[in-house]
Amino acid sequence: MTPSPLASFLRGGGAQEAHGAASRSCSPQEILRRLRSAIPGCPVLSEPEELRPYECDGLTAYRETPLAVAIPESIAQVQEILRVCCALRLPVIPRGAGTGLSGGALPRSGGLLLSMARFRKILALDPLNRTARVEPGVTNRAISEAAAPHGLFYAPDPSSEVACTIGGNIAENAGGLHCLKYGLTVHNVLAVKILTPEAELLTLGAEALDSAGFDLLALFVGSEGLLGVVVEATVRLLPRPPLARLIVAAFASVDSAAAAVGKLIGRGFVPAALEMMDNLAIRAAEEFVHAGYPMDAAALLLCECDGPPEEVDEQIALAEEQLRESGAYFLRLSCSEEERLLLWKGRKSAFPAAGRMAPDYYCMDGTIPRRALPEALRRIARLSAEYGLPVANVFHAGDGNLHPLILYDASRPDELKRAESLGGRISELCVELGGVITGEHGVGVEKLDQMCIQFRAAELAQFHRIKDAFDPEGILNPGKAVPLLHRCAELGAMHVHRGTLPFPGIERF
Amino acid sequence: MSQSDRDLTEALADEVRQAHDSGIRLSLAGGETKPFLGRSVEGKRLSVREHCGIVHYEPTELVLTARAGTPLGEIHDLLAAHGQWLPFEPPSFASCATLGGTIACGLSGPARPFFGAARDFVLGVRLLDGRGQLLHFGAEVIKNVAGYDVARLVTGAQGTLGALLEISLKVGPLPPASETLTREEGLESSIRRLAELAAKPLPLSAASHDGERLFLRLSGTEAGVRAAANRIGGERLADPDAFWQSVRERTHPFFSLPGPLWRLSVPPATLAPPPGGGRLLLDWSGAQRWWKGSAEPTALWEWARSMGGHAALFDSGRCRLQPLDPGLFALHKRLKAAFDPKGILNSGRLYDSL
Ligand SMILES: Cc1cc2nc3c(=O)[nH]c(=O)nc-3n(C[C@H](O)[C@@H](O)[C@H](O)COP(=O)(O)OP(=O)(O)OC[C@H]3O[C@@H](n4cnc5c(N)ncnc54)[C@H](O)[C@@H]3O)c2cc1C
Ligand SMILES: Cc1cc2nc3c(=O)[nH]c(=O)nc-3n(C[C@H](O)[C@H](O)[C@H](O)COP(=O)(O)OP(=O)(O)OC[C@H]3O[C@@H](n4cnc5c(N)ncnc54)[C@H](O)[C@@H]3O)c2cc1C
Repeated sequence: MTPSPLASFLRGGGAQEAHGAASRSCSPQEILRRLRSAIPGCPVLSEPEELRPYECDGLTAYRETPLAVAIPESIAQVQEILRVCCALRLPVIPRGAGTGLSGGALPRSGGLLLSMARFRKILALDPLNRTARVEPGVTNRAISEAAAPHGLFYAPDPSSEVACTIGGNIAENAGGLHCLKYGLTVHNVLAVKILTPEAELLTLGAEALDSAGFDLLALFVGSEGLLGVVVEATVRLLPRPPLARLIVAAFASVDSAAAAVGKLIGRGFVPAALEMMDNLAIRAAEEFVHAGYPMDAAALLLCECDGPPEEVDEQIALAEEQLRESGAYFLRLSCSEEERLLLWKGRKSAFPAAGRMAPDYYCMDGTIPRRALPEALRRIARLSAEYGLPVANVFHAGDGNLHPLILYDASRPDELKRAESLGGRISELCVELGGVITGEHGVGVEKLDQMCIQFRAAELAQFHRIKDAFDPEGILNPGKAVPLLHRCAELGAMHVHRGTLPFPGIERF
Repeated sequence: MSQSDRDLTEALADEVRQAHDSGIRLSLAGGETKPFLGRSVEGKRLSVREHCGIVHYEPTELVLTARAGTPLGEIHDLLAAHGQWLPFEPPSFASCATLGGTIACGLSGPARPFFGAARDFVLGVRLLDGRGQLLHFGAEVIKNVAGYDVARLVTGAQGTLGALLEISLKVGPLPPASETLTREEGLESSIRRLAELAAKPLPLSAASHDGERLFLRLSGTEAGVRAAANRIGGERLADPDAFWQSVRERTHPFFSLPGPLWRLSVPPATLAPPPGGGRLLLDWSGAQRWWKGSAEPTALWEWARSMGGHAALFDSGRCRLQPLDPGLFALHKRLKAAFDPKGILNSGRLYDSL
């Protein structure tokens, strides 16, 4: 007989207990004493003012004070920390730069925050094999800077590249503007050294293009700090394209811009980047950085082609023709590197620009099939009106990765809650359109409820089993990324209770 | 849509569930073209071949979803009709190879170092786990970080974690132009040249050395390929497709040399030869090397590990993979148990007791 996944999950096992987070009855003082004596010389912060900077990550609406913050600098120290935490069943929350947008590095009250910020060495750069071996706290940008003298670069380029760490990128499978052509983090990492929660050092992947056994590297990338602590990474470097040119195309309607995206890609041509901005985002960005965007456009497409000059010229000609055919009424092509960077600047400062339009903003993340772009944007506009909160759209159109920015004012009663509820509706819309609730920011604590919509009980139970295989005690970043089944059951009940079950067709439990 | 279009989900799920309940081991079969890739499996044969058909394909989305039994050839034909292809160039070894078997083996062809591996193109899967439960991971979109990436985990697991029923793949536009250059060149100097070329922004799409000659394939726009070919120089190969096919499908005369065949997966610029004399054929710009030679397996495994890679031995119709470190192997076993608690799916295919 197969036990039902729900029953077998509720029977117990690491993940569930960890959620209860019972560290073996030990006073906070005793825990601190044991930690400090295990890692003499390693900072273990525990004063309230020292802990404050670690209360939240980039999802600032959620805050929690950890018991302590440890800032080790060697693998041996991390191992000692994990051994103590494992013995005490103390939750451990890994943290890179804290730029995550889903609360993945949100501390846990009574738990330990493990900052990997001092692991900042580039250990080796191998121009012949085109790889870099780095510590996990090295920033994304620093890898490309170190590779630049060899004409190489590390391709995934999240907008947070100057701050975010490769450890955090691996944990979130971060993407960037150019991942349409060069792939996500998972496509650009060859190997990671991880520590299991039980402090065992394992290598996943290899310096070669594949490794023996299961593809544990692929499983690990994007696991949000739940399966192990990254202590070293070997990443793939690519030759820097000699030329990049950017086309800015303006459209009189969001629909025609969205349709142009499908047509461009359907023509058999994949640009290096294909981004879209709607009118609210265009105006905010233009007022902020004066990039030269037409302020009256309903939508802009930013289409970049890169590579050898002959190839770029050919692609640009094709793209311009296609954009015009799709109804672009204004085209501007960068003619110099300065102009290209200026044209990008508007897109890249969309976040701070939005920050000037409202006291607070909430950045959403979800992916839909490209064909559904026009409908998705129409329905987001409708939801925005329904909730009375403006939504600006700036996103990775080429791979259907939406980033609606919900503008609100947290000082007004109820507005944060309304913004979150609107965000939840947008995630549900993505699932309904055949997409997913997160394309690159992760689930963290933010999207636990939406996971109940994306997956059925059977898949969620399987995720918990995978977690148990890596972390039988359930001490690593517990309670994040995968909701407990009873949370989903309660949520289902709640939805029914309100009479607004979003997708009656989707199985519930 | 495909001529043969059959959904056998229910029947297959029933079979796996019954096998689970009565503890009967299963041996999964697709087109049965690749038994040599793993170890032989004891068990009742469960064929997924009749579960076939293209479920969804929209060229503008660059995504294709098909049932596991769909013949790879049917997928190639459909994509080609729309100017698209599977950029990981999977080998098929015979016309009856199925999509499920191909993804289960995780095989990639000559374009792999430049365009990515099978796992890089897998976006989602439906599978039956060892309890007979139908599970769906991933989706038909390119960017997705909701939940652990099980779709990529099961790629290359050779059916030991689940029976694949349906697979969604990212597909790509067929490069408009392609050309292969060749020149006589020694192995070592070829490895050096390949490292140099791969660090330059050239539209390379395959690079191989057959023991005597270096072969470079360029793919991209007409003008891009022409400019690169002029820069690199060398003779134009008259029938490039036949050559790359022979490398991909292992029909190149090299593979008929007597003796066991080794696959060496190493960092591409590795210069050190494997221990013991033998002959090499380089693919993947040096990152995948076929070696005909005789040496103690343990010596080869030790060598491959010290180079930062791994090795597999194909001998007498069997395949032996590089042994895993104990800690890693223990984790493999725990994961296997998480997917297949009774160990009924292709047990022993990859490793003894897995
Ligand atoms: C001379 C020769 C040389 C070959 N050389 C190579 C080579 O170099 N590289 C290579 O990759 N292949 C090689 N092959 C063949 C190879 O067997 C695959 O290429 C083929 O793509 C697998 O497809 P299939 O449907 O035939 O799989 P099968 O051979 O039926 O199965 C392959 C593996 O996948 C599993 N499997 C099949 N279907 C499923 C499913 N739906 N879900 C889960 N698991 C499944 C099977 O249990 C088995 O472990 C060669 C074959 C021959 C005859
Ligand atoms: C302005 C801005 C723009 C952004 N743009 C993008 C973008 O374009 N694309 C994109 O994908 N993301 C983007 N992000 C999100 C964020 O930068 C990424 O998710 C990034 O990968 C997080 O890295 P971090 O070092 O800050 O990790 P943190 O926020 O510190 O942690 C993120 C997660 O990783 C885990 N983690 C961190 N280090 C380790 C480790 N060594 N071992 C194991 N687990 C670890 C944490 O536990 C947590 O779950 C943006 C964020 C901001 C603020």
